[in-house]
Amino acid sequence: MLYCSIKETTHTVTLIPGDGIGPELLNHVRELFRFSCVPLDFEVVNINSSITSEDDINNAITAIRRNGVALKGNLETNHTLPPSHKSRNNVLRYTGLDLYANVMRCQSLPGVQTRHKNIDIIIIRENTEGEYSSLEHESVPGVVESLKIITRNNSLRIADYAFQLAREKGRRRVTAVHKANIMKLADGLFLQCCREVASGYPDIAFDSMIVDNTTMQLVSKPHQFDVMVMPNLYGNVVSNVCAGLVGGPGLVPGANYGHNYAVFETATRNTGKSIAGRNIANPTAMLLASCLMLDHLKLHDYASMIRNAVFATMNESLLHTPDIGGQGTTSEMVQSVMRNIKSSGPLTTEL
Amino acid sequence: PNHTIMPNQIIPPPAKYGGRHTVTMIPGDGIGPELLNHARELFRFCCVPVDFEVVNVDSSVTSEDDINNAVTAIKRNGVALKGNIETNHNLPPSHKSRNNLLRTSLDLYANVMHCQTLPGVQTRHRDIDIIIIRENTEGEYSSLEHENVPGVVECLKIITRMNSMRLAEFAFRLAREKGRRRITAVHKANIMKLGDGLFLKCCKEVAAGYPDITFDDMIVDNTTMQLVSKPQQFDVMVMPNLYGNVVSNVCAGLVGGPGLVPGANYGENYAVFETATRNTGKSIANKNIANPTATLLASCLMLDHLRLHDHASVIRKAVLKTLSETQLHTADLGGQGTTSEVVQTIMQEVQRNGFLNPKHI
Repeated sequence: MLYCSIKETTHTVTLIPGDGIGPELLNHVRELFRFSCVPLDFEVVNINSSITSEDDINNAITAIRRNGVALKGNLETNHTLPPSHKSRNNVLRYTGLDLYANVMRCQSLPGVQTRHKNIDIIIIRENTEGEYSSLEHESVPGVVESLKIITRNNSLRIADYAFQLAREKGRRRVTAVHKANIMKLADGLFLQCCREVASGYPDIAFDSMIVDNTTMQLVSKPHQFDVMVMPNLYGNVVSNVCAGLVGGPGLVPGANYGHNYAVFETATRNTGKSIAGRNIANPTAMLLASCLMLDHLKLHDYASMIRNAVFATMNESLLHTPDIGGQGTTSEMVQSVMRNIKSSGPLTTEL
Repeated sequence: PNHTIMPNQIIPPPAKYGGRHTVTMIPGDGIGPELLNHARELFRFCCVPVDFEVVNVDSSVTSEDDINNAVTAIKRNGVALKGNIETNHNLPPSHKSRNNLLRTSLDLYANVMHCQTLPGVQTRHRDIDIIIIRENTEGEYSSLEHENVPGVVECLKIITRMNSMRLAEFAFRLAREKGRRRITAVHKANIMKLGDGLFLKCCKEVAAGYPDITFDDMIVDNTTMQLVSKPQQFDVMVMPNLYGNVVSNVCAGLVGGPGLVPGANYGENYAVFETATRNTGKSIANKNIANPTATLLASCLMLDHLRLHDHASVIRKAVLKTLSETQLHTADLGGQGTTSEVVQTIMQEVQRNGFLNPKHI
């Protein structure tokens, strides 16, 4: 254990353990943060996914509003409850906190064997509307209408976010993914908004691609993509394809941003029920998500320190967990990360 | 390269059984016309007892006459081979996709794509053999959208019990017929509980009547991730329209691209064959570089549908044999071959193996 100085102000962050592998991975994050003397306190808010009451999720939203930032595991959506029981993850995103932009940076990691090398794609996905509006009804028995909502406001907003982020990160090109040949009004509106915003960023190239062609291109030539922006459902699919390309759900961190709040989690939001409690889950995605959170809190030194330690650990194939073809355990990986942090020199002075 | 033409080939011999079939051909746009010409050329060369009734559909006009003529022709003939018809984006939203209109008018409710690793094609994954059965008439392709409030668009995705049941029935029957062991339903019922929930429920109901076939389900995002890492785990997959579109394209990418995979659209009474990923290929049109494989294999599917199995086998074998010759690969497979070279080689291959010559019947 490193000796910690008590000079820095401590941030408070909401922690939602969730279900499946969430609790154990977030425990490791807390352990690692304590070890590295990260000036952060976690306010843990539990949400029971098996009950219909919305009290738990409302408490969580209140806590995140207070703290501004959260780190979460995925909340299981109980399918035996009636359709009126909405996905808790979804409620968090759109109702309470207006986390309109989901950002996933898909990068090939060192030490992980994949069929494609050197991928570096940023996917910006609209996070609150589209097919996730949860507006469905069965007007006539046996005929269900599911409403997909696309609004000018949200489309402009996400396009703006995408171009600003691209400029900030020095990226050259933004590609809008859509299916406007079939959904002419809806995806047509999305595309039009992207074009409008693009005209204000002449330094960044803008093009568009239909979602089916996009997924086909991703599996054969992923390097052609730089930054991609898209509505909710396509974002879901494209994120998962990209995660699969760089090594799987255990590796990629995700971030959900709104104007006032930010929530960090694994990019592909897997609950991992079947591997829960067995010490075999890959902690990489969650650890990298916590680094994104540290960057958001402007604790860049801590973020870099932990991130570098995680990459160094990834290089050791012997430690790889089963999802990436190894036989290592979660705790072995975390221990290794801690060792790497220690050997890179502590951030704080030893007493 | 030249090929010898057998003297009695100039006038096609009469078919022995059932007369000749008439099939509607819709050239479409982009690479459609040239590839379908090659298909016709090949059929003539192999003495296939099929006559093509060509119906052109002009994609630049708003009038629905062309597409209605095409639908009438297909209703008359029962079978069609088509290229993709371009959807002109400069026309107003009321101008619907012609391909979509064709599918819904003929009630071609099942789109079937058999995705197989082909010999001679270098890919990152081996041993892929997946059949994708996709709902072809409803779902997100209902073309029902409106803007009630300025700046707010509602797009309706329709899922009905009737279409879901009949697609599931189709899938299980096909699986049984082809001796397949497992069907996976792909959905997003955790978010679209009523819509995809209904689809899933229908699949489960039908599955109960086929105890010899294993049934499971997977959420679409996980499915696409699994496809890019472990595609060999999938056998037969059944899903609503949009997921079918995405999953088909992922699978096509995995086995080598849009130039290789044929597709089929089946209804109660009609069948239309085309390339699986329905690309117009505008940028490579008329350059003699398009890959004819997908179109030619689609024409073989059509021959099988017409019970002309021998002709189908001869052509299919020749196409696959030609595909294994890497130096002939077209640009989409990383080669520099031309479309006509590929087609000539296929003809030579057919000739070498002895096509169905009337003397042998």
